[in-house]
Amino acid sequence: MVKKIYERPIIRPLNSGMMNKFGTRTEYLPVTHIDGVSVKSLIAQYGSPLFVFSERQMRENLRNAKRTFENRYPKVQFAWSYKTNYLNAICNVFHQEGSWAEVVSRFEYDKALHNGVPGDKILFNGPDKTDDDLRIAIKNNSPIHIDHLDELYRLTEIASEMNAKPRVAIRVNMDTGIYPMWDRFGFNYETGQAWDAINKILASGKLELVGLHTHIGTYMLTPSAYGVAAAKMADLALGIKNKLDTKIQYIDMGGGFASENTLKGSYLKGSDIVPSISDYAEVICTALLNAGFKNNDLPALFLETGRALIDNAGFLLGSVIANKRLSDGRKATILDFGVNILFTSFWYDHKISPAQEFGMHTEDTVLYGPLCMNIDVIRENITLPPLNAGDHVVVHHAGAYTVTQSMQFITLRPAIVMIDPKGETHVIKNNETLKDLEHNEKMPAYLQKFKLT
Amino acid sequence: MRIKKNIAVSDTGFIFNPSSGDSYSVNPIGMDIVRHLNQNKEIVEIKHAIMSDYVCDDATFEKDYYDFTMMLRNYKLLEDE
Repeated sequence: MVKKIYERPIIRPLNSGMMNKFGTRTEYLPVTHIDGVSVKSLIAQYGSPLFVFSERQMRENLRNAKRTFENRYPKVQFAWSYKTNYLNAICNVFHQEGSWAEVVSRFEYDKALHNGVPGDKILFNGPDKTDDDLRIAIKNNSPIHIDHLDELYRLTEIASEMNAKPRVAIRVNMDTGIYPMWDRFGFNYETGQAWDAINKILASGKLELVGLHTHIGTYMLTPSAYGVAAAKMADLALGIKNKLDTKIQYIDMGGGFASENTLKGSYLKGSDIVPSISDYAEVICTALLNAGFKNNDLPALFLETGRALIDNAGFLLGSVIANKRLSDGRKATILDFGVNILFTSFWYDHKISPAQEFGMHTEDTVLYGPLCMNIDVIRENITLPPLNAGDHVVVHHAGAYTVTQSMQFITLRPAIVMIDPKGETHVIKNNETLKDLEHNEKMPAYLQKFKLT
Repeated sequence: MRIKKNIAVSDTGFIFNPSSGDSYSVNPIGMDIVRHLNQNKEIVEIKHAIMSDYVCDDATFEKDYYDFTMMLRNYKLLEDE
């Protein structure tokens, strides 16, 4: 007789009449393959946990976004947001698709140069640019997005010293009707700070004002806010043209488009409420096209979308270490990945699927990571089929801000693999080793020896 | 260890406690264990029976069995011992 597949015995109270107009979720289908490659084989070959990126999905996301905007606006340029995911292989997928680079630090700037992005196609954002950073950016003809007056004055002095006229934009913050209003970066629109900065730039004669930049927020669920922002940016650009006789070459609407992840506390799943790229494109392009630019004056539209282009292309594979019962009767499952590598689980209820077939029964479970820290909770509550030690799971929408915000804490970080469109797998980052971590450590001579008694 | 006499257990894994009005569902392996418990079988016999039907190792079953029976006790479905 062929033995049946074992599933942990479970008993679950039936609560009729519980408030949920959508009934019990039945989304938990096993995810056994990613882009045709089996999860089991990936873990067998590269270990667990393991980050996996789908190159096909990344390219598809960008092509779809470009098509969506270019159908509505004549001049569109995407710039890959390095902070979202700056693994070189990931960046180069987007660069191969025509994206420029958008960086917010010298570290990211150097990465973009190293990846082969020409200096004049690197948008240099961020509040922290040293004099040396500014000199390099001027030398490479990179558009410098000025964040504050101190930077503006420093840049003006450096430009004089170098006898150069750097290409600059100012970052503009504004009230778009959303809360919280992001006003810590750039110059405010409503109070006239932005106009003041523009006047200073043009009056100095030392800087070339080529663009206007804004970034109104992150994971924005309200497309109309982008319409307000685009209208205000267009108003500034038209004002600069009409009053100061200077043509703005581009309006950079930044990023912030939401991915389909589900925010903690959200009643509905992210996939049910997140606007599509065309929702964002429609309001932005409509506002710009209706602003009153003459045909030849229409500025290019720059976009620094990160999250929406990569989140669904990234997966985190992991394994069950153990199951236990908490004192209040809840089931808890300990996984081999924690908040150290899935930092986003602090604000998302990540969708997590078993990677093997299972029965129809499910149970409410707490998912913990492997760290010996109380904060290491991946999901406070999730309905999953009973998982056994050694079973595998797949975390979805793990492409944005997971790798760049991961912490080397308590344990080593795992390998990262990319699946190319032909289904071939490539290691794009090896797993960390103790040697990697201790490479930069120094031991004073007097601490090199000790004797324990 | 056995299920209380007044507890209704269906073949499909539905359990009803008429004293409290609470109802529960168990998965097929849980149902097998409930049946074995109602036949007054000891853990050794139950383990043998389950392991001859399912692909499972000794330690895994024993761990899961104690967790499952703890929950049965927690839901007050077992006879007092």
